[in-house]
Amino acid sequence: MKSINPVGGPFTHDRVSVGKTMSLVMLALLPATFFGFYLYGWPAIFLFSVTVLAALLAEAGSLYIAGKPVRPFLLDGSAILTGWLLAMTLPPWAPWWIGVVGAFLAIIVGKHVFGGIGQNLFNPAMVARVALLISFPLEMTLWISPQPLMATGSPGFFESLLITFSNSFHIDSVSSASVLSHIKTELSRDIPLEQTLDSTYGLIPSVLGITAGSMGETSSIFILAGGLFLLMKRIISWHIPFSMIMTIAVISTLFNWYDPSRYAGASIHLFSGASMLGAFFIATDLVTSPVTRLGQIIFGIGCGLLVYTIRTWAAYPEGMGFAVLLMNAVTPLIDHYIRPRIYGRDGKGKPVQYPENIGAEK
Amino acid sequence: MPIRGLKLFKIRGGVHPNANKDATHDKPITDLPIPELLRIPLLQHIGSPAEPVVKRGEHVLKGQLLARPQGVISAPVHAPTSGRIISIGKFQAPHPSGLPVMTITLKSDGKDEWVDSDAVTDPFDMEPAEIAEKVSDAGIVGMGGATFPSAVKLGLGNRYQLEKLIINGAECEPYLTCDDRLMQESADEIIDGIRIMIHTLGVKEAIIAIEKNKPGAINAISVAAADYPEIKVIGVPVQYPMGSEKHLTQTLTGKETPARALTADLGIVVHNVATAYAIHQALRQSKPLLSRIVTVTGGAISKPGNFRALIGTPVSHFIEHCGGLTEEPAKLLLGGPMMGQPLPSTKAPIIKGSGGILALTEKELRLKNPSPCIRCASCVNVCPCGLLPLEMASHARAGDLEGAADFGLMDCISCGSCSYVCPSHIPLVQYFNYAKGALTEKQRAQHKQEEIKRLIAARAERMEKQKQAKREAMARRKAEMAEKKKQQSEASA
Ligand code: SF4
Ligand code: SF4
Repeated sequence: MKSINPVGGPFTHDRVSVGKTMSLVMLALLPATFFGFYLYGWPAIFLFSVTVLAALLAEAGSLYIAGKPVRPFLLDGSAILTGWLLAMTLPPWAPWWIGVVGAFLAIIVGKHVFGGIGQNLFNPAMVARVALLISFPLEMTLWISPQPLMATGSPGFFESLLITFSNSFHIDSVSSASVLSHIKTELSRDIPLEQTLDSTYGLIPSVLGITAGSMGETSSIFILAGGLFLLMKRIISWHIPFSMIMTIAVISTLFNWYDPSRYAGASIHLFSGASMLGAFFIATDLVTSPVTRLGQIIFGIGCGLLVYTIRTWAAYPEGMGFAVLLMNAVTPLIDHYIRPRIYGRDGKGKPVQYPENIGAEK
Repeated sequence: MPIRGLKLFKIRGGVHPNANKDATHDKPITDLPIPELLRIPLLQHIGSPAEPVVKRGEHVLKGQLLARPQGVISAPVHAPTSGRIISIGKFQAPHPSGLPVMTITLKSDGKDEWVDSDAVTDPFDMEPAEIAEKVSDAGIVGMGGATFPSAVKLGLGNRYQLEKLIINGAECEPYLTCDDRLMQESADEIIDGIRIMIHTLGVKEAIIAIEKNKPGAINAISVAAADYPEIKVIGVPVQYPMGSEKHLTQTLTGKETPARALTADLGIVVHNVATAYAIHQALRQSKPLLSRIVTVTGGAISKPGNFRALIGTPVSHFIEHCGGLTEEPAKLLLGGPMMGQPLPSTKAPIIKGSGGILALTEKELRLKNPSPCIRCASCVNVCPCGLLPLEMASHARAGDLEGAADFGLMDCISCGSCSYVCPSHIPLVQYFNYAKGALTEKQRAQHKQEEIKRLIAARAERMEKQKQAKREAMARRKAEMAEKKKQQSEASA
């Protein structure tokens, strides 16, 4: 593995590397990230920085303990990306230690326990996110309505330091529910869905992301732009995002059509919560998704079904983390059974046969 | 006749490496001067090595037989020029195994004097079997790099119902332009060679497939083929590995060659353009295969170009002739960058299947240290054979050869597309080549073991029979003795 002077071909290479792949994903995340910074102000920026730094620290430490070369792996960008994705799914005004604990969970438990890059079964960012949600339900569901950077009434730099780094600031005053959790609470109070939505939900703000939610999840439009960029650059293929989005759309439309007062429609499901981020950036994580196209479609459909099921019938209003982790667990199975058809062989691996008698041996 | 409307079929995967053909695609073919020493390996083809028929010290003439084929799949080797045989021995030759092969070293006498050649008969008056024999005698092998003895392929008409001849002018390997130039400069000869092949195989038509990035070649060949309605010319998409025999066939017919079978099972035979040219020369001028066109290029070559050179010419001779090296090359290759062989030294000679000599710089190689697989599936998406390179490699690395085989290792054509796109720079093909070799070895060993067991069993049986026979003989003798005694006692009584 160490030889830099290969004796076998090919003796040329595409201009690709792990670092480049990771950089392109980060580039694709930039618009949504900056929009999140803008929307939720300094506390979001602080939390993001702390999370990414903690991820790098955890990576360096893990590599060192495992006796692996630290520099090349640290520079491949995978740890930054994990921290980055985790930060995107956190409540933007969560305290600093949420980011740190999360990053450590992601890198150490989610990745290095399995043997490091490429070996992990589960998406590290989602491992952390779900673990945090179960351990710290309060901090992890404290959403705020947008407090744009520099806008009047938004916290300034120093005030923001207090929000992120000390417990002295009570953010209850600006807290607000995310669309999905709001729907859930109101439904549990037997208030019909139409009524709830009438008063609170607007499609346009939801698509743009000007609503309460995680730091980088809310802006469907920026995430979509990043996702399309990744598709264009062929870092991801359309199979997972497309099948996942279609599944959510179809199933939510069906239920909504059956009983609109209990089941939210496709637009709400697609443009709220982590749907878009999940479809383009989380479920498509290279390491933990299937490698064949058919496998990816099955994976996408599975994620879509699970997200809808958890959101609608389980105790959590947001199901992306759970859905992706469950499907991650199925990935080895999918990859075992779904294989591409080999050239010159049929689906069962037998050599192809042609009915006509061409070229038959005389 | 050029055709448009022929439906082309898509092949799976593939890559689009930088063509890098600009340095040589407009360089006409020139004759490379005869080198002082020629090294002619006796294994330049797939099959068994040829067996020398000359002795050390002997003087030979140009075109004289040096070694004759051994076995069905083999090819003879001829003297590329006149001179004296100065040695016959093992030499580090350009061969995938990297092992030394028997090589005849010839010192040129500078006269380039021809041996008397056979009279030329019109091939169209000859029987297919006669033509195949001439091709075999001329030592022609697949010139696209596969180096399978051409006469064997020309004889396929005896065993298979053949319909079509496909002529491979795809030249999908980056850097190489030798076929491109040959098609532009010797189109008439190539077409004549193709007509001879059509006659030999007994097929109805031939299709010449040329990648669309060679408009000059498509044009020249189309003009030369204009008078022959049975010969069609078609531009195929620029996509590596379009030149793979099975994939080219699929592009043109939509049919996949069944696993472990030949394109002949589809009624199709594929030959390279340079092979067609060599067949023309063998049949029209009674000349054996003594030279070939070689593209010499790469970032480290001062003056890249295309040359007609004698088989056995050392690589160093080419490099000198191209104005030397501009820098120490990071890699010296025989063939293209995707499937070519690294050269042990510049002393190594070119052989019948060598289309190029590449002196590549560090920058061109784009080498990086391999890192762990990130399961990005790039390799899966580009594999033209529908394999799972990442799984094959991980099994091969763990020494689990059967596991790798289960994922289709033996269906891999070693095209290198997977390694080319791997962001982790894992030398996938290297693992595959190693695993294939080990697996074949293992199967051979197993076969051998079974054979030994069989022999032992046979011997034991034989021994048992002998013993049995002995026992029987003994018993018989005893009985006889007893009988005699009885008679004696009776007689004495
Ligand atoms: S291309 Fe390389 S990194 Fe990607 S899946 Fe294949 S072997 Fe792994
Ligand atoms: S080298 Fe083998 S495994 Fe790799 S792309 Fe080519 S055929 Fe597929």
